[in-house]
Amino acid sequence: MADKQEIDDVTGTDTTGHEWDGIKELNNPLPRWWLWTFYGTVVWGLAYTIAYPAWPLINSATTGLLGYSTRAEVAERIAEVDAQNAELTERLASADLATLAPDDPAHRFGVAGGASVFLAHCSQCHGSGAAGVQAAGYPNLLDDAWLWGGTLEDIEYTVRHGIRNETDPDARWSEMPAFGDIMSDEEIGQTVEYVLSLSGQDHDAAMAEQGMVWFQEQCSACHGDNGEGIRELGAPTLNDAIWLYGGDRETLIETVTYSRFGVMPAWGQRLDEEEIKAVTLYLHQLGGGE
Amino acid sequence: MWDYVKLILLGLVALVAAIAADWGHDLAYKLHAALIMLIAGGMFIWQLRQIGETRAVVDDTGYMDNVVRAGVIATGFWGVVGFLAGVFIAFQLAFPGLNFDWGQPFTNFGRLRPLHTSAVIFAFGGNALIMSSFYIVQRTCGARLWGGNTAWFVFWGYQLFIVMAATGYLLGATQSKEYAEPEWYVDIWLTIVWVAFLVVYMGTIFKRQEKHIYVANWFLLAFIITVAMLHIVNNLSIPVSLLGSKSVQVFSGVQDAMTQWWYGHNAVGFFLTAGFLGMMYYFVPKQAGRPVYSYKLSIIHFWALIFLYIWAGPHHLHYTALPDWASTLGMVFSIILWMPSWGGMINGLMTLQGAWDKLRTDPIIRMMVISLAFYGMSTFEGPMMSIKAVNSLSHYTDWTIGHVHSGALGWNGMITFGALYFLTPRLWGRKQMYSMAAIDWHFWLATIGIVLYAASMWVTGIMEGLMWREVDAQGFLVNSFADTVSAKFPMYVVRGLGGVLYLTGACIMVWNMWMTIRGGQPVRVAPPAAPVAAAQPVQAA
Repeated sequence: MADKQEIDDVTGTDTTGHEWDGIKELNNPLPRWWLWTFYGTVVWGLAYTIAYPAWPLINSATTGLLGYSTRAEVAERIAEVDAQNAELTERLASADLATLAPDDPAHRFGVAGGASVFLAHCSQCHGSGAAGVQAAGYPNLLDDAWLWGGTLEDIEYTVRHGIRNETDPDARWSEMPAFGDIMSDEEIGQTVEYVLSLSGQDHDAAMAEQGMVWFQEQCSACHGDNGEGIRELGAPTLNDAIWLYGGDRETLIETVTYSRFGVMPAWGQRLDEEEIKAVTLYLHQLGGGE
Repeated sequence: MWDYVKLILLGLVALVAAIAADWGHDLAYKLHAALIMLIAGGMFIWQLRQIGETRAVVDDTGYMDNVVRAGVIATGFWGVVGFLAGVFIAFQLAFPGLNFDWGQPFTNFGRLRPLHTSAVIFAFGGNALIMSSFYIVQRTCGARLWGGNTAWFVFWGYQLFIVMAATGYLLGATQSKEYAEPEWYVDIWLTIVWVAFLVVYMGTIFKRQEKHIYVANWFLLAFIITVAMLHIVNNLSIPVSLLGSKSVQVFSGVQDAMTQWWYGHNAVGFFLTAGFLGMMYYFVPKQAGRPVYSYKLSIIHFWALIFLYIWAGPHHLHYTALPDWASTLGMVFSIILWMPSWGGMINGLMTLQGAWDKLRTDPIIRMMVISLAFYGMSTFEGPMMSIKAVNSLSHYTDWTIGHVHSGALGWNGMITFGALYFLTPRLWGRKQMYSMAAIDWHFWLATIGIVLYAASMWVTGIMEGLMWREVDAQGFLVNSFADTVSAKFPMYVVRGLGGVLYLTGACIMVWNMWMTIRGGQPVRVAPPAAPVAAAQPVQAA
């Protein structure tokens, strides 16, 4: 309000003479270090925009004296790694996996690369240690129980074409009926008691006896007469302690009543040839390979 | 006559809202229509009962402080709500079991996260900005707020916006644009409220008694105008149906991304920086009792800040589909922005020249100083993170979250707490806050909370950035994404604890405000030479 310059007692600096609600302003100059740092960043900024792509023109933009581009940079780095691995990649892509010796550099390269492919693409469902997620029906890949086969050839086929997907006509396919539509609750209960008996779990013997009849009638065509499973159909073994969705009474009733429909994508449509071979080698040597 | 027009309008709004609530396509839309129907209906009945009554004469000579008092209370309330939501979602990240099955999908992280960010930025920060700009513009212009009850419309309209935005998120109505999540009709409502805010603010400045406009008002005006522009452009969308919440953006692809981050970065620049600098320029010199350090610096850094900030957005999109030239410019402007940002810190801190001893005795000044320190730190960290090479490590990691929070908790939070401690006793006629010791407790709890938060996010952010890019000798990735998530667990717990401390501090503040308000009476303050003085020459003389 008062348009009168005065001297601030504490600092001895002039004020500007303005005052608002008791707030005055000192007439200090810009701090030198502040100003020069500011100028410095401006000069640097101008230089940077000359060196790098920066100023938009009508149909394009300045490319900069250094000719830099982020796409070129990443392409260059990938090319560098590709060149370094070219020989091994080539050998792996053309190799017959069954005859590739474990001490062959291409085999070691494949296992290392396969681990990386697995972490990037497979671990979301199968877990980063490949132990699977039982409750969700993602199989454990570390053990020797295989739904569709555990040879190199079997694994490669499964990876390439996937399971029960809509995208690859060669995908592995089988479908368990939802027996809730076919059998009564009582009949399902009896069947489940029999299935429990197959793997040596506690069960109601009287019900299981009747359940065996239903099992032979409805289930054995796919799961085998003794529940040993049939790989060609991807039908799991029922007489061991390994379960895809769980082997307790409640889960089995749910499985039989509503069925299951586990899907795996066809990775042949997304991964390179050598990546498929690499992840096959990696999975095969995890412990259960045949 | 005007009463009957109001009655008809309110009745129409209630009727249209009732129809919309009945015909609406989705839950969020129906709920909001029902809410508007109830509000308009309630106002209709209230209006009807008023007809023919003689009105009490409103005293419009002093400063209009009731709306500021309401804003002070709203700021405290939304602060606690926003911090509580933040603490909860921090623990949801550490312990995913807190995404309760019984609360799906309403209480999962994905829906609560925008609730937290909007509650803190727009509800807590927005109310702080609106109430303090109403307070500051009256004091520094020596004039009562222009426009009568328009200021009340701004206050209540803004609260309605907050409630519609927050409930919309929980019910799944979102545009999926960060910090611009509310759907089209909520955006339109905010636009109306915001224009009213601008009109009240400009009107008050036009009728000011002071010859010059104080620096705080430059910043606040820049904040109001730019936020209006950002909000309108980034929310250009076409509703799928007038009876549903879903809308489609007019921009697509990289243009949409660029518009979004032009908006997003300037929400930081003009909402959280320029607006709060306006608060700082009033409350720091008032609390310190010292003149502002440098008039020249305030002019230069104001214009530099305003000019440069608007171009810095592309640094949010480094290494994406955004063309290289835009990325370069975003980075360059961000780095040139460093000194203009620091101008505010220097001007604030140097204002304490001759009053540094108050740091020992005055916990409110201490709060303001720490907020300026965090402001300086985050406005250095920001330009650094905008450098492409640094960004290639930091982007998508928790470092970004740490950066945002050292700014939001440190700078915006602390300066707002300082302003609330300044305003509460003055607005309710008390000598000082009920408990000065409680302010000390708040200060230390909040400061330690921020340090835990920022430090844990630096560690975990840099760690995950390094883990993501780690490759072996043959160029193969070493870690899966899940490996990085599990490695972050301890830091997530530390971050949550930091949030608990910060929330505790805020609860102490709200208690302290409550005790102060309870023992006081609203005070009426007249402008130094009130506008009525012109009509009463005797007083003016």
